[in-house]
Amino acid sequence: SCPLSPRCCAPARAAPAMNCRAEVLEVSVEGRQVEEAMLAVLHTVLLHRSTGKFHYKKEGTYSIGTVGTQDVDCDFIDFAYVRVSSEELDRALRKAVGEFKDALRGSGSDGMGQISLEFYQKKKSRWPFSDECIPWELWTIKVNVVNLANEQERQICREKVGEKLCEKIINIVEVMNRHEYLPKMPTQSEVDNVFDTSLKDVQPYLYKISYQITDSLGTSVTTTMRRLIKDTLAL
Amino acid sequence: AMDTDLSSQDRKDLDKFIKFFALKTVQVIVQARLGEKICTRSSSSPTGSDWFNLAIKDIPEVTHEAKKALAGQLPAVGRSMCVEISLKTSEGDSMELEIWCLEMNEKCDKEIKVSYTVYNRLSLLLKSLLAITRVTPAYRLSRKQGHEYVILYRIYFGEVQLSGLGEGFQTVRVGTVGTPVGTITLSCAYRINLAFMSTRQFERTPPIMGIIIDHFVDRPYPSSSPMHPCNYRAGEDNGAVYPSVEDSQEVCTTSFSTSPPSQCVFTVTKAHFQTPPPVVTDTLKVPVMGLAFSHQLSSSRLSYQPAGLGVGSADMGYPVLFAGGLNAAHPHQLIGPGKEGGVPPVPSQPAHGTQADQERMCTPLDGVHYSAATPSSSEDTETVSNSSEGKCGSPHDLLETIFIRKVGAFVNKPINQVTMANLDIPFAMFAPKNVELEDNDPMVNPPESPETESPLQGSLHSEGSSGSSTGNTHDDFVMIDFKPAFSKDDILPMDLGTFYREFQNPPQLSSLSIDIGAQSMAEDLDSLPEKLAVHEKNVKEFDAFVETLQ
Repeated sequence: SCPLSPRCCAPARAAPAMNCRAEVLEVSVEGRQVEEAMLAVLHTVLLHRSTGKFHYKKEGTYSIGTVGTQDVDCDFIDFAYVRVSSEELDRALRKAVGEFKDALRGSGSDGMGQISLEFYQKKKSRWPFSDECIPWELWTIKVNVVNLANEQERQICREKVGEKLCEKIINIVEVMNRHEYLPKMPTQSEVDNVFDTSLKDVQPYLYKISYQITDSLGTSVTTTMRRLIKDTLAL
Repeated sequence: AMDTDLSSQDRKDLDKFIKFFALKTVQVIVQARLGEKICTRSSSSPTGSDWFNLAIKDIPEVTHEAKKALAGQLPAVGRSMCVEISLKTSEGDSMELEIWCLEMNEKCDKEIKVSYTVYNRLSLLLKSLLAITRVTPAYRLSRKQGHEYVILYRIYFGEVQLSGLGEGFQTVRVGTVGTPVGTITLSCAYRINLAFMSTRQFERTPPIMGIIIDHFVDRPYPSSSPMHPCNYRAGEDNGAVYPSVEDSQEVCTTSFSTSPPSQCVFTVTKAHFQTPPPVVTDTLKVPVMGLAFSHQLSSSRLSYQPAGLGVGSADMGYPVLFAGGLNAAHPHQLIGPGKEGGVPPVPSQPAHGTQADQERMCTPLDGVHYSAATPSSSEDTETVSNSSEGKCGSPHDLLETIFIRKVGAFVNKPINQVTMANLDIPFAMFAPKNVELEDNDPMVNPPESPETESPLQGSLHSEGSSGSSTGNTHDDFVMIDFKPAFSKDDILPMDLGTFYREFQNPPQLSSLSIDIGAQSMAEDLDSLPEKLAVHEKNVKEFDAFVETLQ
């Protein structure tokens, strides 16, 4: 099981614990594709990391509710994906992704950033220590926003990004199939340390989403100029 | 020896899990190829009938076929359950697209807990299957089926046969689950070579041994049958909670009653081409939007082709199927400016002679005859349509298949009754299409001479043939469909899509041509000193910037 690393439920800049597995995916998308691409990846991960609601009965038994699924078509990408049928979960993801997209667009950003989905377990500590959040799986999606010049490029981008996302889905499924560490099924008293029981229809593992925007330069030099020089220095 | 390690209860449970897993696998695959968006509801209170805690509908015919194929057996070493997905055109040609294989190998995991870990991993594997079925090429094809082709499935049990997938097929693994009796593996092998070149390369497929399911039966869902509990009972050893499954009935789980039946209606004809049922309106909550959706397959065969580019049919070595303009209203056609989204005029055609002989598209239903778009004179056109008249008059015993289906986001309702290409070439609809010519269509310019070319189709795309009028650089690409987001082409003749297609290849900017380029270079050189002065002024800022890059 995960080692006890003394850490409270802090924002995502904390490094993952030693045996927290970390997966990184990278995508290059157009600005208007950011949301759909992020949702596709996050929903695919959460599809695999959500169960039905637990209903504990006497003698320590429990039954599990049913998870429904639905197809989602993207508007700006030639792509479709499956997500868990839960409006609450969808709303939560859309909110996070919306904030990420806005931050990416914000001034000073050069269109690069990453959004992270972390699954964690809570470990209760005695007073005066606060509860620890121990991550056991971390998904990071690195995003590079590209600007395209004309409709034709955009059309190609629709298709290319669609293909790329297909690859990402296959990658995600490969990771899921490794059947590596998953938190033990909890007793009723422990269930909130493992699962997010706040939703009414499904029960994902406890997760948090955070994002970072690549540091940008606050000078008045234009983006192009910046890139040009960066490339030169890279040589 | 293996069996003695496993308690008989566990063995029974495991067999049941595998059996129902196989049935659910088939359901997921087939449902993912119906061409519709699937939606099932989550239910917090266990209904007791949903295997693996997933809401997966059971289409009765599919279960029936699966059970028939399995004939009471379970996947074992050398005995795999395969779901073959194939495509069948209106002319009867078919092609295998995918084989999904549920296999068992000998690698056993004795330590694993059947009633808990295996069950949950099977559930996870089904989720992976849901995800993967949407990312193979056949998904996109299946979403657009109905008019020119349909997607069929066949289930067989035994040895996996991949030879029908063509050369260079690819495989994707969905996942594996170890059990005490072997490791279950689920994978998909899919065709990537969708080239259907040359006439009649594709002979009509001989009857396949086994079952071919023509899955076009217009049946609503039966009402719910008895439900069976799938509860958990207390675990054995150390008092920790280990859920296990108590005995469920042998009967397969029911159809999921909370989903609206209309989601699962397959509407299409039977083989005898009876009168089609009326178009079922979309009852899904998702609005029907025209979404741009060009076929994107692993091979470069199918790709976006800008409208109006002629087909290098001569290069491909087959005649003109492209001269046969297909129904303008055909949803899967290249749509361009035209009355109802007709197609833009084709630039010069190769070998006009052969074209004149080729079939024309007839629409026996609406009685309009389209002639091929050739840049020949109107005289030719007339001849052509005259010659084809006879053909169109006769009823098509073959081709009058009408597919009407429930619309989803990727599918258009047909504007007219759909007609099928009376063309000799298999998979004709996949090939780049040319244009039909409507005399009274102001958008279409009846070309007088071979040199006619829409000014919109500039040389931007001609890589090899700059400025040429053929614009055949994409002759190995096939345009399947192009619908920009939020465009409707069933209402206005000129919509966003047609506008885009028409204007997407504007002629080159004059400033980009070479002679102008030279001139501007001189100007650039002249302005250099000035620019340098400005930069020198800001040198401090640049230095600071460079600092930050270190």
